[in-house]
Amino acid sequence: MTTITGEGAHEAAPPRVTHTEASPGDCSIVARGLTKRFRGGQVAVDDLHLSVPRGSVFGFLGPNGSGKTTTIRMLLGLISPTSGACEVLGRPMPGGLASALPKVGAVVEGPAFYPYLSGQANLLRYDAADPKADPRTARQRVGAALDRVGLGAAAGKRYRAYSLGMRQRLAIAGALLGPRELLVLDEPTNGLDPQGTREVRSLIKEIASDGTTVFVSSHLLAEVEQMCTDIGVMRTGRLVAQGTIAELRAGHEPRVRVETPHPAQAASVLNRLGLARVRTGEDDVEAELGGHAPEVVCAELVGDGVAVRGFTVVRPSLEELFVGLTGEGFDVDG
Amino acid sequence: MSTVETENSTSSAPTAADTPPEPGTGTATRGAAIGDASVAGGARSGAVARAAGAGHRDRSDASPGAARAVLRLVGSELGLTFRRPRNIAMLILLACVPVVIGVALKAFGSDEETPAIVTQVAGNGLMLTFLSLSMLVQLLLPLAVGVVAGDSIAGEANAGTLRYLLTAPAGRTRLLAVKAVNIGVFGLAACAVVAVSGLITGLVMFPVGPVTLLSGTTVPIMDGVLRVLIVTGYSAVGMAALGLVGLAVSTLTEVPIGAVAATVVTVVFSQVIGAIPQLGPVRPYLLTTWWSSFDGALRDPIATDVMGQGLLVFAAYALVFGAIAWGRFSGRDITS
Ligand SMILES: Nc1ncnc2c1ncn2[C@@H]1O[C@H](COP(=O)(O)OP(=O)(O)OP(=O)(O)O)[C@@H](O)[C@H]1O
Ligand SMILES: [Mg+2]
Repeated sequence: MTTITGEGAHEAAPPRVTHTEASPGDCSIVARGLTKRFRGGQVAVDDLHLSVPRGSVFGFLGPNGSGKTTTIRMLLGLISPTSGACEVLGRPMPGGLASALPKVGAVVEGPAFYPYLSGQANLLRYDAADPKADPRTARQRVGAALDRVGLGAAAGKRYRAYSLGMRQRLAIAGALLGPRELLVLDEPTNGLDPQGTREVRSLIKEIASDGTTVFVSSHLLAEVEQMCTDIGVMRTGRLVAQGTIAELRAGHEPRVRVETPHPAQAASVLNRLGLARVRTGEDDVEAELGGHAPEVVCAELVGDGVAVRGFTVVRPSLEELFVGLTGEGFDVDG
Repeated sequence: MSTVETENSTSSAPTAADTPPEPGTGTATRGAAIGDASVAGGARSGAVARAAGAGHRDRSDASPGAARAVLRLVGSELGLTFRRPRNIAMLILLACVPVVIGVALKAFGSDEETPAIVTQVAGNGLMLTFLSLSMLVQLLLPLAVGVVAGDSIAGEANAGTLRYLLTAPAGRTRLLAVKAVNIGVFGLAACAVVAVSGLITGLVMFPVGPVTLLSGTTVPIMDGVLRVLIVTGYSAVGMAALGLVGLAVSTLTEVPIGAVAATVVTVVFSQVIGAIPQLGPVRPYLLTTWWSSFDGALRDPIATDVMGQGLLVFAAYALVFGAIAWGRFSGRDITS
């Protein structure tokens, strides 16, 4: 049972074969050469190869306009790919839509509801559209979904009167109307307050702990880092990286940075200890920590008479990885 | 925890309370497993998840289940249509027209120039229904139906609700069929509202007795009421045909006002064409030409040939525009 954990206390993923080469049978979502060219020539998604392992929490990252929502729309059969193919829960889309989608809960590009209906009536409406949902349990399931996102008290309120965050929560409730094997959430925490963000995060972990696959697109890297086991990074319609967080981190080892007036001496100590890629600066030295314990490194330095003014362990954040993969520029790529 | 009890009464999920869940043996068990996991965290969410577990039927591809599911969606659609303030307002407006006509006739009487049907109302209240329908069937009724039909798909697309209906998954063909049924029912309701309002107003304000038809014969009052039913039904079919035109237009755009306007413009355009004598050969192919042909029901015997042709034209329009709507909607990209 997942509990809300503090910042940075990222729950270790259960050991699992890395999926970059995972067989399609183990994947909730598979895309092969998925391409979408909109009328007007805009290529929103370009030759996308994606595999989302069953049971993973997959963070789908990318800057604005990189094609995340377009990909999700193709996965859900809302738009048809120009070329390529995709499978959801082992069924080809859009052909297998009717059998796959009842097991998929989705939030696509923000909430959309009937403004003149209450939250409850809105969910009943969407439930009625699902041919496999049992009408006898509809009210309970709707009530349960509303409770789960903390909207129980506002169930009877008209959607028109909902705040942005309440609307977002209602959209998430809509994705939880039935038992799901896959949740596809396009920016689920958009517009939520900090409590709401935390709750959604713990909700996602709770759902995932049962084996449900969660495919979540987001810009919030800290959030993705905390809840996802795998990530894929999009840039201008192409997937530029895919793997477990650990895989993506590989090659981005934590580094030590020693501030000292004796950089040469410090560097030799670090070399002696076997730290890789020692870089000597004017009054500091950096090296990859590798498997060494920082406290031992520090003690060695001091023991050797190096004057240590500062000692830091720098872990590259996901944000740095992200910017490294998608470029520094602020402007949206055409 | 009432939810747990209800869950017991459905067959799809093993009850978490008495069956230990076996992970990974299918959807229903999975639902129960969520329940068990959550019980540790809080009794409320435990009940919640179990209720969700009972929610999905394992196999509902069997046709009775599928038919029931369609009926449920139709019910939801009708509920939406008939609870929507805009539509209620239109129906109320339609209901007022026969009353206004009745009051006007009562107040001002009739003179030499008034058409026969008008003077007949003064003689028999039942005729008010026919008069009201024939006045409304060319503009106000098509307007009301055009609003509902034009809005049907375009309105959902505009609000973004279409993408959630389709991921539910409502199914494109299924959704379109349900929308068509909904439009038909609304058209029937609109015609019935006019007929009932006309009937009541006529009963209250004018003498009612055996009905003298346009052909001069007099029929008993119950026969007259039957003819009211026929006329209402015929008008409703005519409106449904227009509704399918509106549905087809509605699949072409994401702007509901545009679809409504286009549908109403189609009606006005047809009427203009129909009024130009030189374009006489085109008239039989226009929808609007046949809407008023229900006065065939006011003859003895009933002019089935004219009304039959009208129904054929309605059916042809419904088929052609239904096919256009389906062809367009089944493959369209939903980008709203
Ligand atoms: N209906 C459309 N017609 C033409 N181009 C479109 C359409 N929808 C999206 N695009 C283009 O496709 C590209 C990808 O858009 P998409 O919405 O998938 O991005 P995104 O990754 O979801 O962005 P964001 O993070 O802002 O939500 C953009 O360049 C966008 O302009
Ligand atoms: Mg997006």
